[in-house]
Amino acid sequence: MTLSREYASRKLAAKTLLSILSWLVVLVFILPGAVILINSFKDKNEASTMDLALPAVLRPENYATVFEKGNLAVTFLNSGLYAAGSSALTVALTLSAAFVLSRRKDRRSSVIYFFIVLGTALPMNYVALMKVMKGLALINTRLGLVLLYAAIAIPISLFIAYGYVSTLPREIDEAAVIDGCSPRTLFVLVIAPLLKPIAATVFVLDFMSSWNDFIMPLYFLNSTRTWPMTLGVYNFFGMYQTQWNLVSADIALTSLPVLIVFVFGQKYIVGGITAGAVKG
Amino acid sequence: MNARKIYPLYFSFGALALYFALFFFPCVLGLFYSFTDWNSFRPELNFVGLDNYRNLFKTNTPYLLYFWNTIKFTFFTTLWKTIVGFFLALLFTRASRMANFQRMVVFSPQVLSFLIVGLVFRSLLHPSSGFVNNALDFVGLSALKQNWLTNLAWAFKSIIAVDTWKGVGYVMVVFIAGLKAIPSSYHEAAVVDGASYAQRVLRITIPMLVPSIMVVTVLNITYGFRVFDIIYVLTNGGPGYATGVINTAVFKEFSKGDYGMGTTLSTVLFFFITLISYFLIKAMMSKEVEA
Repeated sequence: MTLSREYASRKLAAKTLLSILSWLVVLVFILPGAVILINSFKDKNEASTMDLALPAVLRPENYATVFEKGNLAVTFLNSGLYAAGSSALTVALTLSAAFVLSRRKDRRSSVIYFFIVLGTALPMNYVALMKVMKGLALINTRLGLVLLYAAIAIPISLFIAYGYVSTLPREIDEAAVIDGCSPRTLFVLVIAPLLKPIAATVFVLDFMSSWNDFIMPLYFLNSTRTWPMTLGVYNFFGMYQTQWNLVSADIALTSLPVLIVFVFGQKYIVGGITAGAVKG
Repeated sequence: MNARKIYPLYFSFGALALYFALFFFPCVLGLFYSFTDWNSFRPELNFVGLDNYRNLFKTNTPYLLYFWNTIKFTFFTTLWKTIVGFFLALLFTRASRMANFQRMVVFSPQVLSFLIVGLVFRSLLHPSSGFVNNALDFVGLSALKQNWLTNLAWAFKSIIAVDTWKGVGYVMVVFIAGLKAIPSSYHEAAVVDGASYAQRVLRITIPMLVPSIMVVTVLNITYGFRVFDIIYVLTNGGPGYATGVINTAVFKEFSKGDYGMGTTLSTVLFFFITLISYFLIKAMMSKEVEA
């Protein structure tokens, strides 16, 4: 009797300890965000020491200042265009490619598949890429960046989509062909609707990685007109380094869209990541 | 039915063409340019043979240090992300609403830009106004205060810590998926046989998790060798050359207009990663055959 009670109390103690530990871990991941958020509402002097003390007076006007001076309207539009455009293009190109490459079991299609998927590991040669972009008249253009992001996203997206296509039964294709579908109508009317879940995953993952990218505009865009959010923030940081309240507000404003996408698209993001990783 | 007719190869040509033109071809072109003195000052191009490659080994250049730093960064971030990610997976694997929320918080830095995370930590680690040093003051541990990003002894460690903070949630999520795939009967049988928790983790969990560990390791290694953003934002390779890696060096050469040297560094990285991927994939394949 006493033995089992002792066991029960020890179990409870262990459980409490684990619970405390897990909340401490959560704190480590929340604290940076909390510091930024609190300081984004302070005035310049208060924010010269970044701490968790609440501001004497809330200053939401910091956000208005940042929105104006940080050129946020333009950079957000650009980022949205790059991310949405390249993700849509990637989804269209990789799903159709994944479909035929996964269905055909011949040598040529597996060579193409492995050649493209190789790109998940390879490093970009940015300097030579500049030459290519110049040659194609894509440097310093919005179209150039959309195509570039699609090119980068294709390998990992194809990898994820390829695994998914192989789970669809072939009998569907055969039935559709017997009913008179051409390859194109087969893909557009029959297969594509079945690929919706993986299309959503690929789209969300690509959207976030292009939205967050910082390297490509650093190398290939030199006019503020075409700058995406990341470059805008970095530039803003350079100019207002001493005003942490404004920098904090800028950081908060620019992380908000992705965090919202994350909260609502969690299923696709986590699902896509684990599908990609576990199937590999 | 004729697969060639139902599944025409041209469906894949769009992806292939774009990937080839803007990804693979520049890598090949870069190899060619690495034998030239291509730069932004003079329009003509001269072949210089292996001069750029010889430059890598000269004692008055920091290139070898950059390579060493890249390897160091890759090794330590992979190690820490795997170890910490494993313990976090054990901690958060239970199925409850609370654990779900906690997992989401730990994962959330993954969706933020490296630039944003870098700026957040530049603010937190600032020597005089930063949160970390202020907090140390507050709890009476002022002696532990550091110039986290500018002190030679701490800069690299800080970068590794920040990168681990950002990336560990991903590893955790993959491990949790792996943990869930372990049949619970294994653990139940072991409990009946009187195995302790530690024994079960060591003898059941870790061996069953090997495929996930391999996948995560491959991803972490290929990420580590290509790292740029987080280092560029946190220290820009400083103090001095102390935290520079290959890709920050490439950008430096690009900014200076020394394109030949930049593309040489990228080309070496290209072959480096190809070689490592080859061995990693081979190791994974042989494991799969055994299993």
